[in-house]
Amino acid sequence: MKNEYIPFPSQVKEIIPHTDIEYTFRMSFTKDVKPGQFFEVSIPKYGEAPISVSGIGEDTVDLTIRKVGKVTNKIFENYEGNTLLMRGPYGNGFDIENYKGKEVVVIAGGTGLSPVKGIVDYFSDHPDEAVSTTLIAGFKSPSDILFKKDFEKWEKTIQVIKTVDSAPEGYEGLTGMVTKYIPDLPIVDMENTVFITVGPPIMIKFTIMEILKRGIAEENIWISHERKMCCGLGKCGHCKMDSTYVCLDGPVFNYAEGKNLID
Amino acid sequence: MGYQLSRKTADEVFGKLKERYDIFAPKLFQGEGCFSDTDIIRYGKIDSLDEIEYERRSDYSFKEALIAINETLFYFTEDETTVPSCTDKKLLIFLRSCDLHALKRLDAIYLENGPEDFYYKRLREKASFVLMGCSQTCDTGFCVSMGANQTDQYDLYLKLDGDFVLVDCKSEELAGYFQHLETEDCAVTADYVTENKENVTLPKNLSVDSFQNPIWESYGSRCIGCGRCNFVCPTCTCFTMQDIHYRDNSNVGERRRVWASCQVDGYTDIAGGNSFRKTQGERMRFKVMHKIYDFEKRFGYPMCIGCGRCDAVCPEYISYANLISQLAKEEA
Ligand SMILES: Cc1cc2nc3c(=O)[nH]c(=O)nc-3n(C[C@H](O)[C@H](O)[C@H](O)COP(=O)(O)OP(=O)(O)OC[C@H]3O[C@@H](n4cnc5c(N)ncnc54)[C@H](O)[C@@H]3O)c2cc1C
Ligand code: SF4
Ligand code: SF4
Ligand code: FES
Repeated sequence: MKNEYIPFPSQVKEIIPHTDIEYTFRMSFTKDVKPGQFFEVSIPKYGEAPISVSGIGEDTVDLTIRKVGKVTNKIFENYEGNTLLMRGPYGNGFDIENYKGKEVVVIAGGTGLSPVKGIVDYFSDHPDEAVSTTLIAGFKSPSDILFKKDFEKWEKTIQVIKTVDSAPEGYEGLTGMVTKYIPDLPIVDMENTVFITVGPPIMIKFTIMEILKRGIAEENIWISHERKMCCGLGKCGHCKMDSTYVCLDGPVFNYAEGKNLID
Repeated sequence: MGYQLSRKTADEVFGKLKERYDIFAPKLFQGEGCFSDTDIIRYGKIDSLDEIEYERRSDYSFKEALIAINETLFYFTEDETTVPSCTDKKLLIFLRSCDLHALKRLDAIYLENGPEDFYYKRLREKASFVLMGCSQTCDTGFCVSMGANQTDQYDLYLKLDGDFVLVDCKSEELAGYFQHLETEDCAVTADYVTENKENVTLPKNLSVDSFQNPIWESYGSRCIGCGRCNFVCPTCTCFTMQDIHYRDNSNVGERRRVWASCQVDGYTDIAGGNSFRKTQGERMRFKVMHKIYDFEKRFGYPMCIGCGRCDAVCPEYISYANLISQLAKEEA
């Protein structure tokens, strides 16, 4: 019988620093994985942390990790030429098929860009497979911007709105919350438009209010929930909301269903 | 097949069983209760039938025979992980009808909800269950209301009856211990209660809207978040994982899981100091809705089996049974 709790070692192939506290760790991994799924990443004797897949390569997965506490601090201290322990991938992830042939709008706040990055990459590489693709990405300040290289690539093939909450004088990019850019989005066919939004709970709340104001049906909105998780296996109970286990049934939900999930 | 054994024969059989089985049953621990000078009945390994507390309901449930309070998942050494080995012996667990109904709930989470749990399964496969009938109701239980007062899902039924022991054996694995005995075969039916002192009506129209009910705050405001109601509950399964390293050799450590309670601070904490259910009222709502509403939505039957242990253990005398009945009354 397989023991799901035993992690496997995965080699850190490359590090891509974005900010002082946010790096992408490119890990060796050859099995199937989808955007929006997550791994339990651990350092022995420090513990585990659930981390979303932020990119998928031939024989790698990217994990973009924000240094915020016990486990993640240790990961930053101790990675060079090293391995991390991982279990997964877990969760349902995003299903690209739901978005093909549609007007696709992805709205992400901060590290929320990680779980949806695979979708953005996909439609940026295959722009013909969507009617149009727009990314609205918000960060606190210019120094918090993640995935700078990727933005350069995306800007060539899809619509990109990259905004910061506030910026020092002289900043030339866009400013304001992501919600500011929703009312003026060009939408041709409401019924054929899908929104995918990931970020802090408060951002998701206001973003969805704005999306609904545009007349988009709840069924056309997708979200990813971040909750306390320990096991990722439907056992520890921490991630449960109503009859839903976020680690098994999520973290990606259609909003028509996800809106009923209250802590 | 039913048998009537003399006590002496039963003790001999017990001795034989012990060679192959670790036998767990409720035992009385004097002076170790939650309140000062009180006794506690909880599970432990037993060496003879005399050690079993047969009359009163156990304060803690049988679940600790299958899910340790604190379980090492694996040890870390420099580059390796090692899973602790499991006992070679089989397990024999004495329990009551409500508890056997609870076992189905443990199985639902540990074997059916997502992938099978390695640690649970390896013990569960070794376990056989001995039903202790109930000749009279316990104080706070409401098993009749929950339909958990009776069961035929046991491997062995065993009743201490004065100088005799009555046995009904349903399992092939255990039959060998009885078949050769020179005893009269007789019909043995398990004792069960048909009435409790406590009766509970389940509300039928709970939904997400019930979250707004002020009842959660009114019951929750008295709760001190000690978590005992979860720890005694035979259907609660939550745990938290943690890593530790040994003080004398920091290269070595282990990953563990430890029972967790949704009533206790920290259950929903995430990085950045956020947590999702901050008040005891919200936590009470979360627990009760799980017991009588959302588990059923997922698995098709309620989680709570009405053993009444949570009400008996609560230091604040909060009655979960009353809370449920009140919810039902409000609907009527
Ligand atoms: C599905 C999912 C995807 C995530 N994806 C990412 C990602 O791509 N990048 C990223 O930087 N962060 C992500 N997080 C958040 C990340 O898991 C936490 O920041 C991390 O667990 C913090 O651990 P720590 O030990 O460093 O912090 P501490 O605050 O010291 O953590 C203490 C304890 O709380 C637990 N904990 C804290 N926050 C969370 C949380 N949000 N979820 C579960 N357990 C938590 C930890 O496991 C640890 O046991 C994700 C969380 C979830 C649930
Ligand atoms: S909730 Fe209370 S009555 Fe129901 S099974 Fe758990 S301990 Fe027993
Ligand atoms: S036992 Fe009573 S006080 Fe303790 S957490 Fe449960 S309801 Fe609250
Ligand atoms: S993370 Fe443990 S049940 Fe979902």
